[in-house]
Amino acid sequence: MYGYIIRRILLMIPTLVGVALIIFVLMRMIPGDIVVLRLRGEGGAQVTDEMIATERRRLGLDKPMWRQFNDWMLGIAKGDLGTSMWTGRPVIEELDNRFQLSLQVALMATLVAVLLAIPLGTMAALRQDRWPDYVVRVFSIAGIATPAFWLGILMILAFLIVFKWMPPIKYTPIWVDPVANLSQLIWPALATGYRYSAVATRMTRSAVLEVFREDYIRTARAKGLMEHIIINRHALKNAMLPVITVIGFEFAFLIGGLVVTEQVFNLNGLGKLFVSAVGTTDYVLVQALVLVSAFTFIITNFVVDLLYAWLDPRIHYR
Amino acid sequence: MGRLLEVRNLKTRFYTQGREIHAVDDVSLHVDEGETLAVVGESGCGKSVTALSIMGLIPWPPGKILGGEVIFQGRDLLALAPQEMRQVRGREIGMVFQEPMTSLNPVLTIERQLTETLEAHQAMAPAAARERALEVMGQVGIPDAPTRLLQYPHQYSGGMRQRVMIAMALICGPKLILADEPTTALDVTIQAQILALMKDLSRRLGVAMILITHNLGVVARYADRVNVMYAGRVIERGSARALYATPRHPYTLGLLRSVPRLDRSRKQRLDPIEGQPPDLGALPQGCRFRARCPYAEKTCAETDPPLVPAGEGQWSACWKWEHLSTKSA
Ligand SMILES: Nc1ncnc2c1ncn2[C@@H]1O[C@H](COP(=O)(O)OP(=O)(O)OP(=O)(O)O)[C@@H](O)[C@H]1O
Ligand SMILES: [Mg+2]
Repeated sequence: MYGYIIRRILLMIPTLVGVALIIFVLMRMIPGDIVVLRLRGEGGAQVTDEMIATERRRLGLDKPMWRQFNDWMLGIAKGDLGTSMWTGRPVIEELDNRFQLSLQVALMATLVAVLLAIPLGTMAALRQDRWPDYVVRVFSIAGIATPAFWLGILMILAFLIVFKWMPPIKYTPIWVDPVANLSQLIWPALATGYRYSAVATRMTRSAVLEVFREDYIRTARAKGLMEHIIINRHALKNAMLPVITVIGFEFAFLIGGLVVTEQVFNLNGLGKLFVSAVGTTDYVLVQALVLVSAFTFIITNFVVDLLYAWLDPRIHYR
Repeated sequence: MGRLLEVRNLKTRFYTQGREIHAVDDVSLHVDEGETLAVVGESGCGKSVTALSIMGLIPWPPGKILGGEVIFQGRDLLALAPQEMRQVRGREIGMVFQEPMTSLNPVLTIERQLTETLEAHQAMAPAAARERALEVMGQVGIPDAPTRLLQYPHQYSGGMRQRVMIAMALICGPKLILADEPTTALDVTIQAQILALMKDLSRRLGVAMILITHNLGVVARYADRVNVMYAGRVIERGSARALYATPRHPYTLGLLRSVPRLDRSRKQRLDPIEGQPPDLGALPQGCRFRARCPYAEKTCAETDPPLVPAGEGQWSACWKWEHLSTKSA
């Protein structure tokens, strides 16, 4: 098992290098030049080609592509993600608070989703085709159909109109001031968590329905077990396997994928940073963000696989 | 011997796709304490549904018990509240299912799956439950029980899993075990071992057994009495010996002729019963076996024959039972 874990961690390296290569090439294929954009952006017509060439040299953009890639990779190996070409600040600093924020929103949204999805999905399955099932189905179809940003707008409007209150705009880390932190981040977590829970609820419902048709559930009944033991011990543990996959996937997506929701709640998260970095063709920053996203996906996948092995003794990693 | 279980006029139906399936139609049977009753019949004749009805495990929807009584030790199980019925299952009646590969929960240890029955019914402390689990594991012939208890079903072979199923059925010391084709999914050498084990345990522990099978060879060796089912009905009943010697229903006769037997010369051809059983959603008038029966005549098309005494200790649901050529080959 430990051998497996170590091998998985080592395997991450080629995957990440592959991702890095793809994004590196893609970034250089899209039109737009950050140097031109920054220096001549606001009618800076007096900027000479000379100055632009100097700036390119300073940023290392004049070197051959393979050298640039090589330098980037070597930097990462030393823990240096580079410097933003737009702001001139180290990428690590740009990411720091934003990653914390996005991670926290994603974790809270996942918590909301899990807390809603597992009981609701299970209940819907147990009362299939009766009113609780219908209520849950309406709840989850509405969740899938409702964009999180729209729900967010409604929330903010409701706060403004009913309570004459706005969530704080400035990010405070949770260990500095939990109340300020939560009163800012709980709303986007709820808005995205609802949509997310809708997907997970449907998955839970169908997984539980499926497990309830299994022979071992009939065996559990034949043993005269209490219904809650049949559900909690025999059905849910098996039904959680597909649900975990969905939850893991959504979680990884939320980190860096909350572009519009972050806009609505005015959050300085990774999604917003990503959009502005693409807008300015800030190669270094975009590349770093893509790598961070890829890394989150890989780690989440890995955790999901470990959870699988933990839940299902038939799975053995060697 | 006292009467342990008496099923009277049981009717179980399924409602699927707008059709009403008469899966079990007016079935009566009984089991005395300690005896082994075999229930035989082709696939789809209602054997499993009969067993599940006795256990109160017919899922609604789509199934429903429409009538009858299941008298177990003087109580009608069909009239019990769900909570009371739950306490009968696993404690007084144990069940062994056909598929040992899928009937055990893959994510729980064998110990968990054995002891939970004790916890449910006898509020037994974990240490005592473990002791009892080890004891039944020994009874069903699983070696190295302390290690085996900690394992999961996928670490067991098919035969071993079926032993676990038997241990699970026995763990609370039931009076009756319903075994629904307990060996059909196993390979032949293991089938015999498992059946011998069940028979031996039944005898030693005084547990009665309903052994559901479609294998008449099994019946001859392990059953005291036999009920033959056809299309949701019991069509013949009697001691295993009598049934073999003098089958009183053309269907039983046909079944016996279609079984390969070692005591007969190889040249004698097997004689399978022609045709298919009737659609349980659209039963014909008269006798259900009529369409496949070489003895059928006019009366058979008009009235369904009731199960009536047919000779010494035998019952038959055939108008013509006296006229069958009872030489079963
Ligand atoms: N859950 C169900 N839904 C609908 N119909 C069912 C259901 N269970 C059983 N039936 C019907 O009831 C009839 C009897 O089925 P049963 O399982 O008792 O047969 P069986 O004698 O046990 O056959 P086998 O030897 O194949 O196990 C079949 O025609 C079947 O279609
Ligand atoms: Mg069956």
